Amino acid sequence: MSGGTFVGMPSFPKAAHEAVNNKTLRGNLRHATHTIRAKRANAVAEVSDWAELREAGKQIKDHTLRHLDRYLVQLEESVTAAGGTVHWAADADEANRIVTYLVKATGESEVVKVKSMATQEIGLNEALEAEGINAYETDLAELIVQLGKDRPSHILVPAIHRNRGEIRDIFAREMSEWGRPAPEGLTDTPAELAEAARVHLREKFLRAKVGVSGANFMVAETGTLVVVESEGNGRMCLTLPETLISVVGIEKIVPAWQDLEVFLQTLPRSSTAERMNPYTSTWTGTTDEDGPQTFHLVLIDNGRTDTLADEVGRQALRCIRCSACLNVCPVYERAGGHAYGSVYPGPIGAILSPQLRGTQSEIDASLPYASSLCGACYDVCPVAIDIPEVLVHLRERVVEGGVVTRDGAKVVLKPAKGHAAERAAMRAARWAFGHPGALRTGQRFASRTRRFHPRTLPGPGKAWSETRALPTVPAEPFRDWWQRTHGGKDASK
Amino acid sequence: MSSRDLILARVRRAIADVPRDDTPYDQAFERGYLREHGDRSVEQTVDLLAENLADYRARVHRCDADGLAETIARLLAERGSTSVVTPTGLDPEWLAAADVTRVPDRLDSTPAELDRVDSVVTACAVAIAETGTIVLDGGPDQGRRRITLVPDHHICVVRVPGQVVSSVPQGLERLDPARPLTWISGPSATSDIELDRVEGVHGPRTLEVVLVSGE
Ligand code: SF4
Repeated sequence: MSGGTFVGMPSFPKAAHEAVNNKTLRGNLRHATHTIRAKRANAVAEVSDWAELREAGKQIKDHTLRHLDRYLVQLEESVTAAGGTVHWAADADEANRIVTYLVKATGESEVVKVKSMATQEIGLNEALEAEGINAYETDLAELIVQLGKDRPSHILVPAIHRNRGEIRDIFAREMSEWGRPAPEGLTDTPAELAEAARVHLREKFLRAKVGVSGANFMVAETGTLVVVESEGNGRMCLTLPETLISVVGIEKIVPAWQDLEVFLQTLPRSSTAERMNPYTSTWTGTTDEDGPQTFHLVLIDNGRTDTLADEVGRQALRCIRCSACLNVCPVYERAGGHAYGSVYPGPIGAILSPQLRGTQSEIDASLPYASSLCGACYDVCPVAIDIPEVLVHLRERVVEGGVVTRDGAKVVLKPAKGHAAERAAMRAARWAFGHPGALRTGQRFASRTRRFHPRTLPGPGKAWSETRALPTVPAEPFRDWWQRTHGGKDASK
Repeated sequence: MSSRDLILARVRRAIADVPRDDTPYDQAFERGYLREHGDRSVEQTVDLLAENLADYRARVHRCDADGLAETIARLLAERGSTSVVTPTGLDPEWLAAADVTRVPDRLDSTPAELDRVDSVVTACAVAIAETGTIVLDGGPDQGRRRITLVPDHHICVVRVPGQVVSSVPQGLERLDPARPLTWISGPSATSDIELDRVEGVHGPRTLEVVLVSGE
């Protein structure tokens, strides 16, 4: 089964335009983002040293990126010493080839998967399917997405765009195709739906011989990998199969065991707004008689070293994929995750995807404009990624061209003037600043990021802003405005 | 060139603009955050653990060492459990009062066999009060990771105050990264359907934590 593909996506403004007209989607998104947002603020307020944890997280990640070569080599040594095998993949194709080869070597034709952004990014499920291997997503939301032949729309709750009625219909219709059917008379209560998923997936867990995972963190010093989750499907995939293959981006390293004390405090609170997520698993190579006896780690680059080469943009590699920035983003809330045309939606997607993939395509050229620059994403980011700064930087790159690194080599991008990218960016700028509703919110949101506001928009926006006054930036800080208007409710029509 | 060398070379080129800085890791940045939050007595820390466990819907019970076997027997009876999987190193006294079939943690038991067992009883490695977390490290009294995963009912015994720490940093300090660790904060839960919290989907849906003193 295929999870759908992002290739050939329309540019952000077009996709966003459709999403904004989809009432169900907007209702679901609004409910979800507002709920998580409020809970997160409480979870963060509970720890008095949040600012210090955030600063430490930022510095640990920056230090790691600055010495990434050294830590990668150290990680390889420690994973190998602990009984694992390390593979290196320069791009998505190579990663897919390696994983396919490793699965085939076990003689198996199905794998169970833990939710993983990295495997979505490289299109692993599709690559395996093409080789006759079924990859079963086991996270409840990913199961909903996969059975619905759909794409994930949120990092943390990938099926956020579906309501319970839709989920019931998908389960009733599709489960029998892939294994144990949904029970007769399945209703749409979350408890019954979760039970149906439990029964359906348990059959697969109990017979699975190969598990595929990502990882939230890798510890260079010890060779330990960490997966943070809620449901226990991660534990199932990491524990029951004979072979475990973990596919992880090279930026997920932290130097030392002790560093986890920072991220295991900031990640759950930023992500699910919990003091701690229900389950965290750590494993170091293989352990005699406990869990998989064969462990492969596939380290992927796939645009990360190109991102690292960008002095402003490299901070995006600090991201721990908590999704807090999605939940506060007024553009994401209206446009939904699919509009970003990438596995990484929302503010982080708007800066990460164009860096990983380059800004040549229409969608990638338009992504840096998929924002109101309100700065809320920066405020909540647990590793202090200055997303607005990177957005402005990438806008300039799109319109003015300049030197970028692609596939390890420096190339000079031409300015996008007069090209498709310009028109895409132009439309996106108009969408972000000019969409009914988004305009009103955008104007108000902009106040605390005034330092990012050029007098005219760079590039294609320049042409636009030269003939129109840019929205003036009021002095009221974003947070005050947010409080006063209950998160933009008044301006969302 | 191998992909390994290719990637490492790309990394080095990518950071060539960064001024050289050989400050060793342990001096490279400040850990300005706290080692623990708040100022609590030992009893208060144990109370906080109980509170936070319960807040995430674990069922918390307290007893002293003499009452442990009775407590475990009662919990199993209330659940209607007739079979219990036990780690090889579990103190046999703990189950002395329970009328159940014991299924020892065996290397050759299949996941399907574990799926037919009603409950699992284990000890733990450490418990973290601020987050309501218990950590298992696969020690002899905790068993292989799968035995606390497949059965639907997990009874976990925490020795208080000896195994209780305040915070995540203090917890990590006590743990050995070479062992496979499972951190558990409340039972398995999902919020994937319209953000309604549902216990389940995959791990044990009922987690009972027994805080035993005087061991
Ligand atoms: S950019 Fe920051 S807030 Fe957004 S997902 Fe990454 S770590 Fe979280």
